[in-house]
Amino acid sequence: MSATATSRARPGRAAPAVERAPSTAERMLAPVILGVVVIALWQLLAGSGLIEAYLLPSPAAIGEEIAAFAPSMASAAGLTGLNALIGLLAGTIVGIVAALLASAARLVDGMLAPIVAALAVVPIVALAPVLNTAFGADAQTGRQLIAALAAFVPVFINTARGLRQTRPVHRDLMRAYAATPWQTMKTITLRTAAPFTFTGIRLASSLAVISALVAEYFGGPRGGLGGLISTSAASSAYARAWAYVVAAIVLGLAFYLVALAIERAVSRRG
Amino acid sequence: MTPTSTPISTTITSAVSARGVDKTFSTKQGEVVALSGIDLDVAPGEFISLIGPSGCGKSTLLRIIADLDSPTSGTVEVFGTSAHQARLDQRYGIAFQQAGLLPWRTVAGNIALPLELHGVGPAERAARVDELVALVGLGDFAQKFPDQLSGGMQQRVAIARALAEKPALLLMDEPFGALDEMTREYMQTELLRIAAETGAAVVFVTHSIPEAVYLSDRVVVMSPRPGRIADIVPMRLGRAADRADDLREDGAFFEMITAVREALHGTPVSGPRGVETR
Repeated sequence: MSATATSRARPGRAAPAVERAPSTAERMLAPVILGVVVIALWQLLAGSGLIEAYLLPSPAAIGEEIAAFAPSMASAAGLTGLNALIGLLAGTIVGIVAALLASAARLVDGMLAPIVAALAVVPIVALAPVLNTAFGADAQTGRQLIAALAAFVPVFINTARGLRQTRPVHRDLMRAYAATPWQTMKTITLRTAAPFTFTGIRLASSLAVISALVAEYFGGPRGGLGGLISTSAASSAYARAWAYVVAAIVLGLAFYLVALAIERAVSRRG
Repeated sequence: MTPTSTPISTTITSAVSARGVDKTFSTKQGEVVALSGIDLDVAPGEFISLIGPSGCGKSTLLRIIADLDSPTSGTVEVFGTSAHQARLDQRYGIAFQQAGLLPWRTVAGNIALPLELHGVGPAERAARVDELVALVGLGDFAQKFPDQLSGGMQQRVAIARALAEKPALLLMDEPFGALDEMTREYMQTELLRIAAETGAAVVFVTHSIPEAVYLSDRVVVMSPRPGRIADIVPMRLGRAADRADDLREDGAFFEMITAVREALHGTPVSGPRGVETR
């Protein structure tokens, strides 16, 4: 009896819950379920009358606004997105060039370091009114410049770091091959730095969107997401303001995901 | 043998000829003499090992031959030209302890690197890479990336890369130092085969006595502080090219190991100091 009991117990103990990595579908599903649950609770809460609609509009109301203002949201996202993109590209180019100069000459490095440190702590809210006024009320230049400034810092810092990661054995090898400085730059230095630069661009992508959007709160032409959020809120259209917030989240996510995909592709072998 | 005192022959040019090489490094603690009065000749096709405890300057000497460092005084000639000119002319191939492969390039891309840098056309490059992957036995791995290979395979890629331009001199700085013992013995036999097939002279830095004995025609024993050549021990084991694994159990092999050990420590042998005897 006892023998059968133990032999019976054995398979049960020998087969514990196997730690298995969750599949892609499972990993995708979990946050989706959480999101649905949260939105359902939110809808219940908003519909219960415990919270006033101006404090927290219901998801259904926000959804209606999204449906009603979809074309306007798309064009607003396009406008803010374009400002962010121009700023991101400009900031990235300037950041990479500055990092290259800094790595080429210690003097330049010494000159740039305090400037970059200063730029890194400049609050966007402090610059936005100044630049909006400086470039005129009907120009997007100020916003693009703010996005560029925000994007410049992480790209510069990461690229400068990446340019210092060249391995001594690779440098020896290039010297043994009597490679020209340009060949060494192209074959070793830039390729080693690339994953670092793309990490910088990923960080910069979110910052560029946030900066372009926040800059719209401080005057200048309307029509962007930031402008419409503040206009909607000012006219007590809270659900619509939230709808534009959703659009801003989608825009930021789109920038981030594209930058992340590029970073992954570049860093796969590094 | 008195190779250290013979003047450079005018008829047969040495692969490597070092005369009175000194190297002093300036550090925060003051001047450190890494090499002092090095005289060395390596004949074409000869396999030479540099052996000695850490700090004896064996790697520094190799780097000076490669013109990766310059001597404080003295001269180094490679095939009758200055080490500097020999580097510019690509007269040698080099391999380090770290394989130093570019992780973003395939095996084929890594082997092709020197050919690419020196303007060899794509067709010729591809043909040469095919030969080289076959030579180091990595035919099936040409399109793999370095992180998909074992340490021994990576090191074979590095050797293939060093051989890409058919150099008559191969400089190797502890290339098998990071490999496990079995892979290491296998690689040693492979290296002897490759050296015989290419006819290249080899200067091989190691801190393993059996490795030096197994591979070399002559073992250059160095002593530290300051780094100098203590002795040059000729290996009476037949042509290096004809050696195979059974030599490792041969009596003559152990005699040569003893000879190198005694040269390293001075007789009588008092036990290893900073040198692997495996």
